[in-house]
Amino acid sequence: MPINELQATRNPPKSQIGALLWIKENLFSTWMNGALTALSLYLLYISVPPLLNWLLISANFNFGTVNIFGFSLQFGEEMATNSNCGRNAACWPFIYEKFDMFIYGFYPREELWRPNTVFALTALLFVAVRLTNNLKHKNRILVGLLISYPVVSYILLLGGFGILPTVETYKLGGLMLTLIIAAVGIIISFPIGILLALGRQSELSTVRFFSVMYIEFIRAVPLITILFMASNVLPLFFDAGVTMDKLVRALIAITLFQAAYMAEVVRGGLQAIPKGQYEAADAIGLSYYQKNILIVLPQALKISIPNIVGSSISLFKDTTLVLIIGLMDFLAVVTGAAADKEWLGRHLEGYVFVAMVLWVMLYTMSRYSKKLELRFNTENKN
Amino acid sequence: MKSLNKLSSLKNLSLKELIYSNEARALFIQVSTVLIIVSLFYVMIQNLNENIEARGIVSGFTFLDGRSGFDILPFLGSYIVKFSPNSTNLEVFYVAIINTFVCAGVGIILSTILGLLIGIARLSTNYLISRLANAYIELFRNIPILLQILFWYNIFLNALPHPKKSISFLDLMFVNNRGFYLPNPIPEEGFVWVFVTFAIGIAAAIYTKRYFKRKQDETGQQTNTIGYSLGLIIVLPIVVFFLLGKPLQFDYAILGKFNLKGGLAVVPEFVALTLALSVYTATYIAEAIRSGIEAVDKGQKEAAAAIGLTPTQSLKLVVLPQALRVAIPPTINQYLNLTKNSSLAAAIGYPELMSAFGGTVLNQVGQAIEILTMVMLVYLVISLAISILLNYVNKKMAIQGR
Repeated sequence: MPINELQATRNPPKSQIGALLWIKENLFSTWMNGALTALSLYLLYISVPPLLNWLLISANFNFGTVNIFGFSLQFGEEMATNSNCGRNAACWPFIYEKFDMFIYGFYPREELWRPNTVFALTALLFVAVRLTNNLKHKNRILVGLLISYPVVSYILLLGGFGILPTVETYKLGGLMLTLIIAAVGIIISFPIGILLALGRQSELSTVRFFSVMYIEFIRAVPLITILFMASNVLPLFFDAGVTMDKLVRALIAITLFQAAYMAEVVRGGLQAIPKGQYEAADAIGLSYYQKNILIVLPQALKISIPNIVGSSISLFKDTTLVLIIGLMDFLAVVTGAAADKEWLGRHLEGYVFVAMVLWVMLYTMSRYSKKLELRFNTENKN
Repeated sequence: MKSLNKLSSLKNLSLKELIYSNEARALFIQVSTVLIIVSLFYVMIQNLNENIEARGIVSGFTFLDGRSGFDILPFLGSYIVKFSPNSTNLEVFYVAIINTFVCAGVGIILSTILGLLIGIARLSTNYLISRLANAYIELFRNIPILLQILFWYNIFLNALPHPKKSISFLDLMFVNNRGFYLPNPIPEEGFVWVFVTFAIGIAAAIYTKRYFKRKQDETGQQTNTIGYSLGLIIVLPIVVFFLLGKPLQFDYAILGKFNLKGGLAVVPEFVALTLALSVYTATYIAEAIRSGIEAVDKGQKEAAAAIGLTPTQSLKLVVLPQALRVAIPPTINQYLNLTKNSSLAAAIGYPELMSAFGGTVLNQVGQAIEILTMVMLVYLVISLAISILLNYVNKKMAIQGR
């Protein structure tokens, strides 16, 4: 027999490759690990099937005839009502029927194109910011867009100025109102926050004192106390002639609240900049404003972008609190609809719907902020 | 003195020099800041006085002595203060503060336990466990806390049975949609001695620990003190308890015709609020714990193994002290957040500070400024106390430079 004859290759043992190995290494590597795996499988077993059953399997999807882009689809014989919907699983026709209400609140139904245009413009704005990246007059275009966007949105949403019929602010509601409050709070609090952060780092003792007092006071109390202050006490601070909208009061409270948090985020960025940058700016004879606008802030803001997004996420979550002072935001509209006699007691469906919508938004934003953090992290290491 | 010197130096400058002098500018900016803020406050207070007069609002704190005239959802605060509708508004304030602390205290304990478990599970090598922990974190931290509170409250009101069909656990504990009924402990004469022994046990345990530490420093001989500590803190009070003839009785809830009678009733508002706060805050604590453990360099563990420490010793002496330095400050911050978030009880009517005092009393008396200032001051004090604690911990944990 020739020595150099090839032996048939043997496969590695089954337990050393593929799925089996993976299961062994990741789930049953030790006795303890096996027990933990069994425990988590049990937890999944007792929680997931009933949940799926409530959400989908036994849930009621009888919407009647649904028109989507001209196609008419049939879901069940006719729209289910509260009484024939069943109590042991979700009743989704409730959400389907109240959908417009949940998104737009009491906004006049024949004017819905206006908020829809604002939604579309917002999406376009994000696209535009990306597209202008390589253009020559990038900054001018962006500033123009950023100034005109709120003006156009305001006119579209509330009307007035003889262009569009006026819509009173109390008719704003639902998810739209939640988004408006969050957007206004984030945008207006941003410049105030920068000023406060600069004030806190200032060499002038009185400026520093007032900034620190403001920031620390606001951060020490819950948002709801500030909202209560704004809705109960704020009108007393103004001349008797000034009438103040409930929404405006809430917006003032939210902006003042967020400004303190934004200031702390920006301060983090300011402190992260090497001292040499300040000294170099001083050395080439820049004034305070030149130093901050040209050297310090661009770097500080860039470092703090992930935290600014993080803080904005928190604010977005906190906007649900306006429910307590009686604004009809997303959560409030849904709670209200479930207390309506037509769909009495459908709170759970409503809450689950709100939770799903807000979760998707917040999860996307938090992923985005994580991504930003990673990107800026690698840049700093080089 | 320094600023005075600067001031006197300004006198001799010409106008042009004055405009370009940094000191003069600083002075100008500071004076104008103060002027703007003071005049803003002046205008606001002026308006306030006019408005108060025009609307005939009473001001001052006399309302605190007035009769409250309403009943508060019975819970620990009302039991301790012995609250009734005849109690004063000041007593409502006390009840509210106690209820806030009870909710925050229980929430902090629960969220710490849950956060620790989830944070460690997140780093487990077991794929399923770490994925589940991750799912938990992503699910609960991305849903607004107010929504979670309303959700749990609704589950308790709608999904749990009526009092008649209460779920019972061995007839000791009952659950229905009016709350949780636990055995109510009634201490008898002499029970206080059990507490005294407990306190003495803790002091003795600390002393023993120090004694063995000193012994180790002198002789290098190590002693495991856990046995001594457990004996002193737990076994000793139990022995005293039995020696005194079990001076503690329980009042069990009994199923009556319409509702349960007796026992310690835990209202669903409290359970929903505390559960939601704990579940939500635990996600942040878990992340803090995880980042703390991940912050410890791998080399530290290897070095510990190289000098012959056992895995337990390496965890106790090398990894945990470093991990906790990173994890504890954000965790304490979360405790503050939890306490602040307990004010959301206003949405479901658990009678804590914002709900009972800042809500009900405010509606009855209408003196929003006084009431909200009091509420804010309480939160300010809590937050100040927690910052002091945080500073102390930071100082204690700071790396000792040489």
